[in-house]
Amino acid sequence: MAFLQRAEYIVGAVLVLAMVTIGIINPAFWQLDNIFSLLRSNVVMGIMALGVLLVLVSGGIDVSFPAFAVAGMYLTIKLMLLVGYQGVFWPFVLATGIGMVLGFVNAFFVHRFSLIPLIVTLGTASMVRGFLLGVVGTSMININIMPKQLINFATAELWSVVNPDGTHYGLTAMILIYAGLAVAMHLVLTYTMIGRSVYAMGGDAVSARRVGFNLRRTTFFVYGLAGALAGFAGMLHSSMIWLANPRDFGGLDLDVIAAVVLGGASIYGGKGSVVGTMLGVFTLVMVKNSLIIMKVETTWQRVVVGLIIILATAITAYRDRKKSV
Amino acid sequence: MAEPFLELRNIHKHFSGVHALNDVSLSIRPGEIHCLAGENGSGKSTLIKVIAGVYPPDSGTIEINGKSFAKLTPIESLEQGIQVIYQDFSLFRNLTVAENLALNSQLREGRKLVNWKQVRRIAREALDRLGIDIDLSAELDSLPVSGKQLVAIAKALMFDARMIIMDEPTTALTGREVDRLFSIVRAIQCQNIAVLFVSHKMREMLEISERITIIRNGLKVAEGPTSEFNESTITTYMTGREHTCQRFTFTPPPAGTPPRLEVENLGVPGKLSGISFSLAPGEIVGVTGLLGSGRTCLALSLFGLTPKHTGRVLIDGRPVPLTSIQEAIAAGIAYVPEDRLTEGLFLSQSINRNLLAAVFERISRFLVIDKAQNDSLARSMILDLQIATPSGKNPVSSLSGGNQQRVVLGRWLLTNARLLVLNGPTVGVDVGSKAEIHAMVRALALEHGLGVVMISDDLPELVQNANRILVMHRGRLVSEIEAARTDEDALSDLLKTLA
Repeated sequence: MAFLQRAEYIVGAVLVLAMVTIGIINPAFWQLDNIFSLLRSNVVMGIMALGVLLVLVSGGIDVSFPAFAVAGMYLTIKLMLLVGYQGVFWPFVLATGIGMVLGFVNAFFVHRFSLIPLIVTLGTASMVRGFLLGVVGTSMININIMPKQLINFATAELWSVVNPDGTHYGLTAMILIYAGLAVAMHLVLTYTMIGRSVYAMGGDAVSARRVGFNLRRTTFFVYGLAGALAGFAGMLHSSMIWLANPRDFGGLDLDVIAAVVLGGASIYGGKGSVVGTMLGVFTLVMVKNSLIIMKVETTWQRVVVGLIIILATAITAYRDRKKSV
Repeated sequence: MAEPFLELRNIHKHFSGVHALNDVSLSIRPGEIHCLAGENGSGKSTLIKVIAGVYPPDSGTIEINGKSFAKLTPIESLEQGIQVIYQDFSLFRNLTVAENLALNSQLREGRKLVNWKQVRRIAREALDRLGIDIDLSAELDSLPVSGKQLVAIAKALMFDARMIIMDEPTTALTGREVDRLFSIVRAIQCQNIAVLFVSHKMREMLEISERITIIRNGLKVAEGPTSEFNESTITTYMTGREHTCQRFTFTPPPAGTPPRLEVENLGVPGKLSGISFSLAPGEIVGVTGLLGSGRTCLALSLFGLTPKHTGRVLIDGRPVPLTSIQEAIAAGIAYVPEDRLTEGLFLSQSINRNLLAAVFERISRFLVIDKAQNDSLARSMILDLQIATPSGKNPVSSLSGGNQQRVVLGRWLLTNARLLVLNGPTVGVDVGSKAEIHAMVRALALEHGLGVVMISDDLPELVQNANRILVMHRGRLVSEIEAARTDEDALSDLLKTLA
């Protein structure tokens, strides 16, 4: 049963099973507005997951991206308010750039001093969060002062439905950005040498250097791009919820890593795909969303996420061990 | 006679005071299959690395294709067509076969994008050159060791190789895979590519090579056409000692002694069925069979690792349940997986501690180790086994190899083991240690009356050390042979009919 070896099919099967189960427990699950709302929740987490996928495939791990997302978003919006700038394009460029530079800091320490990525990214995350709160500010930027154009941009919808009672729901157009980035990431990972170097490095860094890959470049590429995606996702998140909160994204690191591992990426590096990651993110978002609908306390959601990360890792580890026997 | 492709003259190499290579010369003609033999630590690996340009020699000359190099760099070595296949293969286990094969040429061309069609074409050509067929889109990790090795060979041949160096290529291969490797090596030879085979397995050297060079302690001790060597001369050159190849002789215990081990109709669903045999005290029974024949499953069952088995197992006439490892150990069964005879020592710890390592639980009271009992137990064992040491407090590393083996032996005796199950006891072990391990196992059987089940692929090892040999196939015992009435060729023929 070779197809069972492909992680995507397993996640796909888990997803279908979960959807059917949830649909039976709660038929409201299948309503269009719920599906739209689910897809909407996928966007920000999914974009971050693409970055985490890259880092995991390279054999590293990144827990700093939520902090970088906050930094990109909060610094940019603060600056926009300070200079009174309205617009969409440049703020996103700035937030992405902030994330990327911070990612390069991770890459520098990981590469130059051969440090364990977990320690480096824990450190940078703590520094960035502390710096934001201590130096830039602790106040939330609410809808009344959020730049209007950002809000307008992020409320664009692909498809709107108006209920008989006048309320309305729709499918956010931001899903297109997520899809576009996912396709781009897939192409980069599959069809470029730098993408393949990420797999080679995650598989066996010594051999990768021996055959002539420039691992310094690969490391900067991996952490830089992961940071950039985080910064971008932070900005998008803030635009979509009309709020910039410097304490945002607490606990998101584990959610995203759980989703990526659930999607078949190996926590030991060298394995993982964009399709699997997207399925993993969808599954996790759906499970969390259903727990909310079923009125399960949020504290218990942490238990579920922890369980998922352990189960998903255990299954991959078990599968890999079976293969090598 | 053709000009040599590679000519090393009077190579010396020191590492922090150790004379790793002492005036070694080596000459290999194009298309020659040459065997470099020597025990672990003899300088084989150093010599390979000198040829590969990894280590510069302290003195001596390297001549490749008539061109002489005072200092060879890895790049120059590659450019001269020398390819080394190390034991770890240097392949990416998480990538496909095709990508592993094509990665180098893609990188060499300085490509930015991957052309997957071209990757597959390059890989297909590389495999075709060897005349082998492997699924290009299979992940490398899913291949058996032999498959990975073929990929590594195909990869080495891609860049106009003139000489391929294979470091211990047969270590993890089964008999049939070795045959296949040899036919491929001969095919490589037909393309006028030289092959330097680094090994310590004598039968393989004698079968495949045309010339043999043997080094010991950094010195070249013998060189010549393979026809001038046989197993015992090679062993003597490699170890510097004469080894007698006496077969194990078993004297049956007095009539009425219950068998040490009796297996009645043992079965494990899907893996073993109808296994029955018995083993007298002091008897060594060999078990062999192709990979997947169930021989390892048999060992695991005897060690209580297959709780859902059927049938009965008796030790000294008493049935033992064998549903857990604890029960197996309590019944006096010791299981030693591959390599553990050589790896089972804590070298920097004292001899006493090493001897008692497996019985601390038994000799401690309320979690506290009884020091006096501890010392007397160890002292009596040192006397008993004639371990040459002034004190049991010295580290094991201060002992000679033979005495170290006695420490391992003593540890098994202290556990009150009555049945020793060995799985591949000398896999990857060099000739000298192998002989010592065999002597130790025989001593356990002869002098202490242990029953030994020796599971092995190494047919000469079984013929020499066992008095009976059981052949397994598809989970059943298919044949039982008196070792005295067979030899390795007959056994090997029997196994071939099963394949």
